[in-house]
Amino acid sequence: MDLLISGITIFVLAIFVGFEIITKIPPTLHTPLMSGSNAISGITLVGAILSAGSQQVLVTTILGFLAVVFATVNVVGGFLVTNRMLVMFKRKS
Amino acid sequence: MTEFLINIGYLIAAVLFILGLKGLTHPRTAVRGNLLGACGMFLAVFITLTNQNIVSFEVILAGVVVGAAIGVVLAIKIKMTAMPQLVALFNGFGGAASALVAGAALIESTLPHQDPFVQMTIAAAASGLIGSVTFWGSLVAFGKLQGLIHENAILFTGQRALNAALGIFTLALSVALVLNPSNIFLYLALVVIASALGVSLVIPIGGADMPVVVALLNSYSGLAAASTGFVLSNNVLIITGSLVGAAGFILTRIMCKAMNRSLTNVLFGVMEPTGEFATADEVYTGRVKSASPEEVAMLFDAARRVAIVPGYGMAISQAQHSVANLAAILGERGIQVEYAIHPVAGRMPGHMNVLLAEADVPYESLKSMEEINPSIDQVDVALVIGANDVVNPLARTDPSCPIAGMPIIDVDKAKTVVIIKRSLSPGFAGIPNPLFALDNTLMLFGDGKKMVLEMIAALKAT
Repeated sequence: MDLLISGITIFVLAIFVGFEIITKIPPTLHTPLMSGSNAISGITLVGAILSAGSQQVLVTTILGFLAVVFATVNVVGGFLVTNRMLVMFKRKS
Repeated sequence: MTEFLINIGYLIAAVLFILGLKGLTHPRTAVRGNLLGACGMFLAVFITLTNQNIVSFEVILAGVVVGAAIGVVLAIKIKMTAMPQLVALFNGFGGAASALVAGAALIESTLPHQDPFVQMTIAAAASGLIGSVTFWGSLVAFGKLQGLIHENAILFTGQRALNAALGIFTLALSVALVLNPSNIFLYLALVVIASALGVSLVIPIGGADMPVVVALLNSYSGLAAASTGFVLSNNVLIITGSLVGAAGFILTRIMCKAMNRSLTNVLFGVMEPTGEFATADEVYTGRVKSASPEEVAMLFDAARRVAIVPGYGMAISQAQHSVANLAAILGERGIQVEYAIHPVAGRMPGHMNVLLAEADVPYESLKSMEEINPSIDQVDVALVIGANDVVNPLARTDPSCPIAGMPIIDVDKAKTVVIIKRSLSPGFAGIPNPLFALDNTLMLFGDGKKMVLEMIAALKAT
């Protein structure tokens, strides 16, 4: 129960932090915001690594492997493509 | 590493994510912000690899290599005009990963010596549900944006009833799963039904409403990650997931406001109210003036201030570089050139801005709708390229039209309006645009890029 309460506390507070920061992002940067936030939502990779590496039973290893692939595409592709866009914005400013 | 150090490491990663997002508030600091986020991710992954439950690294390594290869190729090869579908696809992958992790954790909890607790199964159900909806919804959005599926709204009778039934079914399965956490087939059924729900939710949403969908799916992918955080009792997942969920939600709200439509309205593919309005013939016949690129080029000779209004048509014809070139030529002649960008122009929040940034347009000359409208009557030439509904004055004047009350860029108040468009065909809202028939409007019929290039040629000839 303690775990759940602290989890929910963190969840709610983080949403407020998110609202505060993200409302300040100018419309020009909305696409990089989406691809960038998308890249960090690939944080599921952490969970995927645990499933793939703990090798409990074959099924969880396979599910873990697939999850690692999906999440890595998300993380690596997301950060790279965001960087590609942001460099374009920076070039002329 | 001890539990304590691991959690401190995760905390640092979460702080880096927040600082990274904060960096995105200005183009100057944005590149660094993105790098900070990447550092946070690297740290989180590195710490996780020290976890003593990991007995083998081969599977992890294989997955990372495959995923990284796909990610690198996609990120480098993608054209800027195709960015909406790439973002949609990445959203989907995040959702899929969350649903898979929750499934694996659920299976592990049914093994001997494990004790599935209620928080975990509730979170796993949420994760499987949201993750599957995100994955399949994103695939449909990807298909529509890529042109694999018909882009228009696909509507059929009983659609709402079907969605409601699927929604209730997924909730019932979630409850059943929480009551019987060891029955893994319930989770499988939940994923299947949620997948169907994801498809049927996005299928009815078409064309110009895509920015809302992409933003909403972005939010879902964050919520899926946060639920997975509850499954694993992992704070960094909860924090990051809620940050992304908040980001997507804010963007969704901005997009809906920019169209003056409610979220439910967009989600159910409803365009209302549909009153009586003039047919295209009544609006256009005898009033539309067509011009040649040369005539428009002459118009610029007398202009001091030009506003360029890009729309999805600019993306389709890949005209952004030519447009930037035209603007540079006009700038050399002492004309003040600005870009007026509607929040929902294109197929994704910020779509036009990215294309213009690719064409080296300084971001200072990108003006938002609110910035340009107050002084638009001082604009000598408003050049509309492939935009329609976002400049339709009916939104202001006709309370019975489908886009009534939608904020528009008031180009009709500019001294002269030039519209580059293939034909007089209506935009997504399906209504004629009286702007095309105004006395101060000239139509330039043709492909966006071709017309801009011809204008440049005409300007250079003089």
